[in-house]
Amino acid sequence: MTAQVITVTSGKGGVGKTTAVANLATALAMDGKRVVCIDGDIGLRNLDVVMGLENRIVYDIVDVIEGRCKLKQAMIRDKKYPEMYLIPAAQTRDKNAVSPSDMVRICNDLKSDSDFVIIDSPAGIERGFRNAIAAADRVLVVTNPEVSAVRDADRVVGILEAEEKGNPSLILNRLNPTLVKNNDMLSAEDVLDLLGIQLIGIVPEDENVIIGSNKGAPVVTDAKSRAGQAFRNIAKRLQGQDVPFMDLDSQSGLWSAIQKLTGRK
Amino acid sequence: MNFFTRKKSAASAKERLQLVLVHDRTDLTPAQLEALKDDLLKAISKYIEIDPDAVQIGLERDGREQRLVADIPLRSVTRNRAG
Ligand SMILES: Nc1ncnc2c1ncn2[C@@H]1O[C@H](COP(=O)(O)OP(=O)(O)OP(=O)(O)O)[C@@H](O)[C@H]1O
Ligand SMILES: [Mg+2]
Repeated sequence: MTAQVITVTSGKGGVGKTTAVANLATALAMDGKRVVCIDGDIGLRNLDVVMGLENRIVYDIVDVIEGRCKLKQAMIRDKKYPEMYLIPAAQTRDKNAVSPSDMVRICNDLKSDSDFVIIDSPAGIERGFRNAIAAADRVLVVTNPEVSAVRDADRVVGILEAEEKGNPSLILNRLNPTLVKNNDMLSAEDVLDLLGIQLIGIVPEDENVIIGSNKGAPVVTDAKSRAGQAFRNIAKRLQGQDVPFMDLDSQSGLWSAIQKLTGRK
Repeated sequence: MNFFTRKKSAASAKERLQLVLVHDRTDLTPAQLEALKDDLLKAISKYIEIDPDAVQIGLERDGREQRLVADIPLRSVTRNRAG
């Protein structure tokens, strides 16, 4: 096995990186893949609570780097999916405790016995972001259909280009089909045209995301959730499967698809 | 604002982002772009006669590439002489 290392980043904070990592990892685990998630947000550990693993933490990534434990000891096995692990961030205030070469070394050690390593990047374009992209084979940029989030995503895409990190793919999160239909929200087409990168998925605004993180059970485990379906589709695309997008040609494409699903007119 | 005449906000968002992204990507402020245009016109005017009001110079986007596009109509020499 040689894992693919996938980094999820965004520029702007709060757009849904951690949500995406928890959901993509869980969806891949549901498909029988061996997945290791790394929380790269040093000082602002969050992936553990979103995944419901906060009570199991003994060691963190800085303990591994500073030799206080073995890599395996810092890997927390998921309760429900035994093939999924989390390496938590440290809550130390020293962000320089991790370097890009540390990340490359850890990912290389993980590669031989997993299918996917998924790294949750902190917001911004500083050290933590540099660490998170250092080992990436593929980068997913998360944004919301909103001016400041799109602008910051463009900055990040520019840096990834300059660093020759390959072509990033876009996750457009929190799209509100009603607003798009009323021309009061940027559509997926608008955002793709502005950013000029490839799309890997559109995730609608969905209250089940919040309900899921309240419970520590990512929304992909909820078969009826629309956001869950969107993340499950992205996970399939990460495995190389060709899953059709909901109709993107018309601005109301996603909306009408949802209307059909719910039987509303 | 009247609901029927209100310009929908998605269109404003897109227009504003188009401009902001071009300047972000080129690291060129709108003021610097104006100065560049003035210098360009001065340089061209040294060699040929142009109508400064008809000149259009701007940054355009093509996917993730930016280009500086200039449309500079030249004054016809024969017409100038005739006049
Ligand atoms: N599709 C969605 N629908 C509804 N709520 C969402 C959706 N995606 C994310 N959220 C909510 O948005 C908030 C921010 O999400 P999240 O923590 O994943 O962002 P982040 O990019 O990791 O933030 P940070 O930059 O602080 O690390 C959370 O409360 C999350 O539940
Ligand atoms: Mg986060």
